[in-house]
Amino acid sequence: MDMSVDFAGLKLKNPILTASGTFGSGLEFKRFGDLESLGGIIVKGLSLKPREGNPMPRIAETPCGMLNAIGIQNPGVEDFLTKKLPKLPWKTLPVLVNLYATDAAEFGELAAVLAGEEGVAALEVNVSCPNVKEGGIAFGQDPRQITKVAEAVKKNAGNKPVIIKLSPNVTDIATCARAAEDGGADGISLINTLSGMAVDIERRTPRLANVIGGLSGPAVKPVALRCVYQAVNAVKIPVMGLGGIATAEDAAEFLLVGATAVQIGTANFLRPDTAFKIVEELPKVLARVNAKSLDEFRGSLILPK
Amino acid sequence: MSANNCRAVKVVDITPLGHSSPGEEIVELKLEYPGWESGWRVGQFVMIRPVSWPLDLIWGRPFSISSADDTTLTILFQVVGRGTKRLMELSKGDSVNIWGPLGSFFSKPKDRPVLMLAGGMGIAPFCGYVDSHQQPENLKLFFAHRPPLENYPYKALSDKVEVEDIQENKPEDIHTIIARVEALVKEYGEKNGLVVACGPTPFLRTIQRAALKYGVDAELSLENRMACGVGACLGCVCKDSEGHFTQVCTSGPVFKATAIDLEG
Ligand SMILES: Cc1cc2nc3c(=O)[nH]c(=O)nc-3n(C[C@H](O)[C@H](O)[C@H](O)COP(=O)(O)OP(=O)(O)OC[C@H]3O[C@@H](n4cnc5c(N)ncnc54)[C@H](O)[C@@H]3O)c2cc1C
Ligand SMILES: Cc1cc2nc3c(=O)[nH]c(=O)nc-3n(C[C@H](O)[C@H](O)[C@H](O)COP(=O)(O)O)c2cc1C
Ligand code: FES
Repeated sequence: MDMSVDFAGLKLKNPILTASGTFGSGLEFKRFGDLESLGGIIVKGLSLKPREGNPMPRIAETPCGMLNAIGIQNPGVEDFLTKKLPKLPWKTLPVLVNLYATDAAEFGELAAVLAGEEGVAALEVNVSCPNVKEGGIAFGQDPRQITKVAEAVKKNAGNKPVIIKLSPNVTDIATCARAAEDGGADGISLINTLSGMAVDIERRTPRLANVIGGLSGPAVKPVALRCVYQAVNAVKIPVMGLGGIATAEDAAEFLLVGATAVQIGTANFLRPDTAFKIVEELPKVLARVNAKSLDEFRGSLILPK
Repeated sequence: MSANNCRAVKVVDITPLGHSSPGEEIVELKLEYPGWESGWRVGQFVMIRPVSWPLDLIWGRPFSISSADDTTLTILFQVVGRGTKRLMELSKGDSVNIWGPLGSFFSKPKDRPVLMLAGGMGIAPFCGYVDSHQQPENLKLFFAHRPPLENYPYKALSDKVEVEDIQENKPEDIHTIIARVEALVKEYGEKNGLVVACGPTPFLRTIQRAALKYGVDAELSLENRMACGVGACLGCVCKDSEGHFTQVCTSGPVFKATAIDLEG
């Protein structure tokens, strides 16, 4: 079965990408599979200047999921472009860069830095990180800000597709999706993590130094699927679905509700070759459920009358 | 096709050591050797996640490679929580996903005396260290522990190298341990020795302080909590000597004492 997809002008060999923050720069996974077999990779969030991130402990395991409060630790966009990107097979593997900034103008500046970079296939704009005090989720919860950020990035991104990554921590995801579309986004991705918390009753302390963190993993899949379903029905631009996908069947569920592509996040920690295995398995799963093609299957959810 | 260093291997044997009481169980887990083409080095670790684990446990668990030969890889672990409790329930023949070998390793100088400092389960990598060292006569092990000695692979080590231990029975024993560690580090500095250490962070902090105070070469293996083990999630970081966060799983777990800041 032909697995290739076009996502907002981006040609992908298959609809399986890896989610920002869970796949490093991609290089970390070279020894676990063939990077070029993936539809694409989305690298850890980058900001203009290096960021140290939050204090330890930053991660906690929760039932069927995990909490993280990394705080967008990253070496800055220049460091990625000069040291990491040249080592990636970007000619045959779409490398998407995930952007983090604290206001619309700074997002625009970042986009300008990346606009001319041949090795960068598209920009994914993180307006939804729950782990940073400045910017982050504050944008993601305000539709006007989402539009403003989308406009600022789009203006400076040259011909690179701009994908806005939405937060599930809102009352109306459809409004946020439309806000991104209104700002000129070429696509949207969702969900980022759900705001969550874990405590230790013996020590009487929070399990994360930051107290609150972002919940991800299989535990969030139903919420993610619902958000993707609502977003797909709210906008015309394509949607990348993510949140808790751990198997090819999970990926198929997101495609069924209308996602054009999906991202594998926390499941990369279950074992480091998860995404490669899902690429192998997806065609088999689609064949098993009698899909004629990826196009036929996508969005073919039959709703109750 | 590129190599996949993540494999399912079978449990060869799993046995509790000594007569551990509940809460102190220490288990020896023997797995099929995963056939790493480039071999492994002492101090490196693996991530382990049994195939049978459902999604309620997300992460694999990191363990030092205690020893390995062409057929078997041995891990020693202490039961401390949800994951290690379930590891203890594995049986011969069960399948375990394992990825590695990961991280940095200890130096093994040929002609300098080496002091191995182990706190609790920090003893695990030193079994392999002793086995693979060309001159065991240059090695000494100091071991600080709470469960009794017979629960550890201590006998196997004391047959081969000079050993010394202090059991921590009451809180005050900590002071005895700290004093002895300091004295030993100083002594090894004076004879141009190398100190290699593994154990809980407070134990390593004591060693680091002494090493910096007396200007002694020391290598410390950290045990931070890990999700991916491969440098991707940034969950396991510690501060480097310049105050920047660095991944313990890829820059470590073995660091030179001068390279990291354990005080912050
Ligand atoms: C590089 C490395 C090598 C290690 N080698 C060994 C080894 O050879 N033998 C061994 O017994 N243990 C080793 N550890 C520690 C081991 O990984 C943990 O004990 C284990 O992950 C705990 O899992 P759990 O699900 O039982 O604990 P959880 O249920 O997750 O937590 C229970 C308790 O264990 C503590 N804990 C959790 N993770 C760690 C950790 N990474 N280190 C120390 N305490 C932890 C928690 O603070 C908590 O108090 C190593 C850790 C690292 C990072
Ligand atoms: C450790 C960790 C770090 C993350 N870092 C980022 C990031 O830098 N930028 C971003 O947009 N999302 C980040 N995310 C969110 C993921 O990309 C993803 O949206 C989320 O985890 C939900 O998908 P999952 O359940 O498949 O993991 C991070 C998630 C985790 C677990
Ligand atoms: S455990 Fe993920 S970066 Fe170290």
